[in-house]
Amino acid sequence: MSKQITIPFGPQHPVLPEPLHLDLVLEDEKVVDVIPTIGYVHRGLEKLVEKREYTEYVFIAERICGICSHIHGQTYVQGIEQIMGLEIPERAQYLRTIWSEYSRLHSHLLWLGLFADSMGFESVFMNSWRLREHILDDLEATTGGRVIQGVCKVGGVRRDIAPEKLDEMVKGLKGIEHELQALTNVFLHDSSIQHRLKGIGVLSNDDAYYLGAVGPTARGSGVAIDLRETGYAAYGKINFKPVVEYDGDCYARCAVRAKEMFTSIDIIEQCAKKIPDGPVDMKVTGAPDGEFLARAEQPRGEVIHYIKGNGKKNLVRHRVRTPTFTNIPPLVTLLKGCDLADVPVIVLSIDPCIGCAER
Amino acid sequence: MMEPQQITPISVGDVVTKAEQAKKDGNRLVQIGCTKIEDNFEILYVFDKDYKLTNYRITVKQNDEIPSISGVYFGAFVYENEIHDLYGIHVTGINIDFKGTFYKTAIKHPFSVTIVKEDDACQNK
Repeated sequence: MSKQITIPFGPQHPVLPEPLHLDLVLEDEKVVDVIPTIGYVHRGLEKLVEKREYTEYVFIAERICGICSHIHGQTYVQGIEQIMGLEIPERAQYLRTIWSEYSRLHSHLLWLGLFADSMGFESVFMNSWRLREHILDDLEATTGGRVIQGVCKVGGVRRDIAPEKLDEMVKGLKGIEHELQALTNVFLHDSSIQHRLKGIGVLSNDDAYYLGAVGPTARGSGVAIDLRETGYAAYGKINFKPVVEYDGDCYARCAVRAKEMFTSIDIIEQCAKKIPDGPVDMKVTGAPDGEFLARAEQPRGEVIHYIKGNGKKNLVRHRVRTPTFTNIPPLVTLLKGCDLADVPVIVLSIDPCIGCAER
Repeated sequence: MMEPQQITPISVGDVVTKAEQAKKDGNRLVQIGCTKIEDNFEILYVFDKDYKLTNYRITVKQNDEIPSISGVYFGAFVYENEIHDLYGIHVTGINIDFKGTFYKTAIKHPFSVTIVKEDDACQNK
């Protein structure tokens, strides 16, 4: 047996914009064990429910993450609405769905860019982020915010989208679809990328399921978990199929995200066709008394907002289980047996969002 | 509206058995979370199969010890270390035990203290 050495990876590393630390135990160039460490910037946002009314707290929930901000806010208010027995207007449900899919598009494009950069493909990075600007422009035009959208509230949404604008958004997405296809072709068919990703960081179907993997990390290993299938918001009225790949390697996780962008465009198009007229919010009185585990599908996978209220203006508990938090154990398994040189690509392949995990 | 959820109270001694049964039934571990209610700590174990949740709850005091289920679900170590670091509850037998260094907090067990605000009228009542 070769002599084992332990080397630190992170918390500051060129491929990590956020602090994640891994102690990599190596035998020669092979990783034989991994000890992950997070907690460098834990913010304790959940504790603020004791200081903020449940209606105000949505602004905190949205600030858990700067990428899936809207879906955090939406999941939180869905939980409150469920406890209070509120049936919000259908138009608001469709609007939440449209903004959720825009969030997914911009998150996946952001990740594709970062992933390309981690492999040294800077032109692909630039093109991914150029296309992402189009998505962010639409988010800003319809919500007022590029990073924090701030449109969800208990009882509906704060803004409406005019029918003309919805048509314009769909035309805009159709307009960039061929560019997205060209970008996706690079990720799926370029021989250098295939060489870099295929057979690297393999997560088996059983490991993905029982280690708690969610989102593209699970779906890349053939585990077809997609919370949108539960029909929350307007997803129950939309036809779509989760994208699932079966090889479990970095290429499969990349392929899931690349293909999901087209599913998102299709969902937005269906929403634009089916969205009914009507109000976008309703009057809400009282305070939540009860508990609920609200779940939604973020770009990185299933997010859980556990909410417990006692009929007073401040909640008793708000606990968030983010997708990155539950994807850490699968990451440990993914890295065992890999070459040291592949560690950055494998870590990025789960699309870690430490901002979320350090809520 | 989403489907209503049920939470089944269990004893501390049943935690590992219930986790083993959940895994045998094909459930994945969704999360373990803690809530402080006055002097008690409610720990909620959530499992999922085909989008149907199975929830178990134990209620303990801060000095109580609870068994780890990381021997059943390897990924449980993130939740169990979190519960220890934020609430100060001792979990025995964690497969990767950070011994209080999973989160670097300015104060020890920050979530074990509840900020009590006066029960004034709700703003939107």
